[in-house]
Amino acid sequence: MSKLKITKDTKYTVNKDAIESLLTELKKQKFKTIGPIVRDETIIYDELENINDLPIGLTDVHEAGSYRLKEREDKALFGYNVGPFSFKKYLFPPKLTILKSKRVDGKIKIIKENESVEKLAFFGVKPCELHAILIQDKIFIEGEYIDNYYKKQRDSLFIVTTNCTEAGSSCFCTSTKTGPSADKGFDIAITELLDGDRHNFIIEAGTKNGLKILKELPLVEASKNDLDTAEQKIKSASENMGRSLDTSNLVELLLGNLNHPHWDDIAKRCLSCGNCTMVCPTCFCSNIQDVTSLTGDENERVRTWDSCFSMEYSYIHGGAVRASNKSRYRQWMTHKLASWQEQFQTLGCVGCGRCIVWCPVGIDITKETKAILKQVTAQAEQSAQAEN
Amino acid sequence: MPLNTPSKPKLAVWKFASCDGCQLSLLDCEDALLAIADNIQIASFPEASRAVLRGPYEISLVEGSITSEHDAERIHKIRRLSKTLITIGACATSGGIQALKNFKDVNDFVNIVYAKPEYISSLKNSTPIADHVKVDFELRGCPINKDALVEVCNAYLNRRKPNIPTYSVCMECKRRGNICVMTSKGIPCLGPVTHAGCDAICPAYNRGCYSCFGPSEDPNVKALSNQFEKMGMSKDELIRLYRGINANAEEFKNESIFHEQK
Repeated sequence: MSKLKITKDTKYTVNKDAIESLLTELKKQKFKTIGPIVRDETIIYDELENINDLPIGLTDVHEAGSYRLKEREDKALFGYNVGPFSFKKYLFPPKLTILKSKRVDGKIKIIKENESVEKLAFFGVKPCELHAILIQDKIFIEGEYIDNYYKKQRDSLFIVTTNCTEAGSSCFCTSTKTGPSADKGFDIAITELLDGDRHNFIIEAGTKNGLKILKELPLVEASKNDLDTAEQKIKSASENMGRSLDTSNLVELLLGNLNHPHWDDIAKRCLSCGNCTMVCPTCFCSNIQDVTSLTGDENERVRTWDSCFSMEYSYIHGGAVRASNKSRYRQWMTHKLASWQEQFQTLGCVGCGRCIVWCPVGIDITKETKAILKQVTAQAEQSAQAEN
Repeated sequence: MPLNTPSKPKLAVWKFASCDGCQLSLLDCEDALLAIADNIQIASFPEASRAVLRGPYEISLVEGSITSEHDAERIHKIRRLSKTLITIGACATSGGIQALKNFKDVNDFVNIVYAKPEYISSLKNSTPIADHVKVDFELRGCPINKDALVEVCNAYLNRRKPNIPTYSVCMECKRRGNICVMTSKGIPCLGPVTHAGCDAICPAYNRGCYSCFGPSEDPNVKALSNQFEKMGMSKDELIRLYRGINANAEEFKNESIFHEQK
C-alpha cells in the first residue's frame, strides 16, 4: 500500500482491478453485494459475485414503452442507464410480513420473530436512484412514523454510486436536479473513464465507512487531466438528456389545471395497469392485509406494494373515490410532480424515465406536462390578446 | 371426517358446462382441504364422494356456464337451496371458452360435430351464472387458483372480506420481479387489462398473458388494442386474442365485435 494520505475530499484514480477489489473488500466486510446483472435480456439488480457479472459492454436503448439491450463498442462496466427495477425492492420489499400473532387460551399473542436483516451493499447506484433513496428516507424514516424494516436495512446499507457519463433517451435528471453525478448520500462514488485501452475510474469516499474501504484499494491521486475528463463526460451527459421537464412552476401548473381537457386525452390512452407506480423508485404506497388461518387462531399481517391505479386503493364506504381512469392518472402525476413538493419538500420524480419506458403504451410524463403547459400558455396568450 | 356434525356450515359443489378443472382445485388443496373439512361440512361434492347430504347449504360453489334449458332451470333451484353462492372459474363467471359459440350460429357446429344432431338441445349462447341468478362472489380464473379458493372459504368462515385483488396482472407481475414481455420483447400481453390472481405466471415464462382471469376492474381495452395495432397486430389476430377463455366477458366481447365489424 502506498503512503498516500487518503481523505474524504480527494478524488483518486484506480484501474478495473481495483473495482474487483472493492467488491471483494465489501464481501470481506460481510456485505451482500447487490448490483447490475443481465437477466432476460434486461439489466436488473441482483446479487453480484464478481465484476464479470456486471453488464460489461452492454447498454440499454429506451423509447416510450420499449426497452432493448444493445452491445456497446467498448467494454464499459457501467455503460447502461436504468432497468425496470430500482433498489427500492430491497428497502421496501414488494411483499413483507410485518406481524404474526396467535390466539392462545382465547388471548391474542404477538409472535416475536428474528428481526435481523442482511447487511447490503448497493453497487452501481446511479445518481437518480440514489436521490430516490434519499426521497424514500424522508417518507420512511425521517417523518413522524418510522418504518422499522426500512430503517434496519438502511442503517446497515453501504452505497457505491456510479456517476453517469452518458444519458439515455428517457433520462431527464438534469431537469429534476438529481444527476448525472451525485454530490451526497453515497459511501463511495465512481466515475468511469474509458478511452481506447485506458480503462480507469475516478473514485472518492463520501463517508467514514467509504473511506475505510477506499484505504484498502490501490489508489493514486487523480491527475488534473483525469478530473477534467470526468467532469467533461458528466457535463456532456447533463447536456444530452433524452428528455426534459420544466420544473419551475409545476405546483401551479398541475394543481391549477385539475380540470384541463388534456387529462381526458391521457385517460383515453392510460391502461390503469399501475406499471408506472411499480417501477417508480419513489412510489411508496402499500396495502396491509391480515391473512388468517381457517380457524382464525393464527394471523399474519402482510404488507404488499399497492398503487393509486387500483380501485380498492381509494375505496371507502360507498365506493372508490377515484373511480375513473382519468382521476387515477391525475392523482399519480399531480402527486409525483406537485403535491409531493408540499408534502415532502422535494419533487417525487428523479428523472429516471422508468414510468415512460415501462408503460406498455408509452405514456410520457414529460410530454404530458409539456402538453398541459403549452395549452395553458396558449390560452393565457389568447386571453391577453383579447383583452388588448 | 364425520359428515354429520351439525354445527359446521354445509358446502355443496355444483357443475354446469365446464371441464371440472376448477372443482378439482378443491381436491388439489391437499393439506388445506383437511383444514377446510374440519371447519366446513362438505355435503355434496360428487367429484369427491357419492355420499350426498340434502340441502339447504350455507355455501354453494358453482362451476360452469349455462348452455341448456335444463341448466337454466337447475341454477334457480340451486340458488334457492344456497345461502351464499360463489361462482368459480371462467365458465361460471363469463361463459367460458364454450361462449365462442355466441359469435356464430350454434346449429352450424351441431350439424358438423354430431352424427345425430337432432339429439342435441343447446341454448344459442353460453352465459355466466350471474346472468341468471344473484351471485354473492365471483372467483375468476381458468382454472381458479386453489389458494384463492381457500382464501374465499377462509374469509367466509372468519366473516371477513376475501383478500382477492381485482386490479391488473401487471401489479403481480412487477411484484414478482418479472421483466415486462411487452416492453422488453414486443410480445403482446393482455396483462394490463386482466384481473390479477394467477401471480403473472405466463410473463414469468416469457409469454404474454392470455387473460385466463378475464377483464380487470376497469380495463381500458381500447387503448391496449391501439398499442397492439402499433406493434403490427392484424385485425384477425386482435379478434382471436380477445376471443379466448373469456370471450363473452363484456369488455372483451365488445372489443372483438368492434374489430370484426371494422
